[in-house]
Amino acid sequence: MTGFYGAQRTSYPGRLFIVEGVDGSGKSTQLNLLAQWLRSEGFLVIYSEWNSSPIVRATTSRGKKRRLLTPLTFSLIHATDFSDRVEREIIPSLKAGAIVLADRYVYTAFARDVARGVDPLWVRSLYRFAPVPTTAFYFRTPLEVGLKRILSTRTKLKHYEAGMDMNFHPDPNESYRIFQARILVEYEKLVQEYRLHVMDAVQPVEVQQRLLRNAIRPLLEDVRGGKPVHATR
Amino acid sequence: MRRAETYGGAIPGLQPEDLSGWLIVVEGTDGVGRTTHIDLLRAHLERSGYAVAETGLTRSDLASRGIRRAKQGNTLGSTAYNLYYATDFADRLEHQIVPALRSGFVMLTDRYIYSLIVRAIARGADPEWIKQVYSFSLKPDAVFYLRIEVPELVPRVLANGGFDYWESGMDLPMGDDLYESFIRYQGRVIHELDGLAREYAFHTLDATRSVEVISDELCSRVSALLRGAGVPTA
Repeated sequence: MTGFYGAQRTSYPGRLFIVEGVDGSGKSTQLNLLAQWLRSEGFLVIYSEWNSSPIVRATTSRGKKRRLLTPLTFSLIHATDFSDRVEREIIPSLKAGAIVLADRYVYTAFARDVARGVDPLWVRSLYRFAPVPTTAFYFRTPLEVGLKRILSTRTKLKHYEAGMDMNFHPDPNESYRIFQARILVEYEKLVQEYRLHVMDAVQPVEVQQRLLRNAIRPLLEDVRGGKPVHATR
Repeated sequence: MRRAETYGGAIPGLQPEDLSGWLIVVEGTDGVGRTTHIDLLRAHLERSGYAVAETGLTRSDLASRGIRRAKQGNTLGSTAYNLYYATDFADRLEHQIVPALRSGFVMLTDRYIYSLIVRAIARGADPEWIKQVYSFSLKPDAVFYLRIEVPELVPRVLANGGFDYWESGMDLPMGDDLYESFIRYQGRVIHELDGLAREYAFHTLDATRSVEVISDELCSRVSALLRGAGVPTA
């Protein structure tokens, strides 16, 4: 069907690489290292983060602070934010031949919103405007590893982050565990559905980074601004 | 028992059978007199003993400020505007409309998804996409469409403070002449509303008639609808 994300593919001179995974998967670290490397290789790199459109962000934080958001409005306000970045940042950069790196993409919404009970088909139709990435990397993390990384560094989980709006459990840490487990189930479905490139997020940082660069390197031919591509050791 | 229905989608966590109230929508372009007619209809229904509540576009607690701020700078992309309006609508649906319907109110709505769909289509959105976005919304019990043609609309708008930037589609590439842009944009809006009127079976009211005549028709049609369904009065 043409009504869903991924049905229409437009090809742009640039490249779009995105990372996905639960909190604590290490995906942001990997994307930062990748950005540094690509910049050092002379590429024009644009870095785009989830939930970062300045105008929409004020509404999102109002909704979170006052606990106004429901699964439906949570989904819509994040789609609003994302669409603003797609229209004003991601697509123009891809047209200009840049390498766009996105920390979280539509799959975050597909996993998280569906874990909150939103209709999977509806959310796939909602995000139809999003360009399909050159490669989408999924940092697969066992539940306990992600939980340990987050719970050991945070003093307190936020209301929506812990999924407290869903009344899974009165204890935030327990609620977070239940919510993350549901999100992981959804991510695994997405790996199949969209052929996400799976990274083993338990491996050492350098190993993951090497694998990430190796996966991306062959896709950079003809991209503007790069030095001649050669294998790094 | 009447069962509330959506346009194919779902509101997460909502049981539609809990809704015993009535959802009445008044649609029509800017300046056609919607506010006047909703005020009159509300007074009429309250005199008849119905419990009445009211909402309208961009009146949500969540997103109305953000939309106002974004409009001041015209700084959002068109898809983002469309989804911002959808967020505002969803917040009102869940926090105003559904609770009122759950409590058995007659909910009068000054414009509904149709104006938002038209607004999006006029700005280049795919009609199928934007309708799918709004598929979670409840089907109203009745939609009354105050219909007017552009030449009759112009003097009313001028008498009521002049052409609004957004209602003239000035954010669209239609030239920088406010009057020309208004004519073209409102022509487009009315054309699209006419299409939706057929698709969603609106009750069309000729809005060129006097306020009293239109109001009498609107009030008696809504009263008949509620009486026929046996909606209790206080």
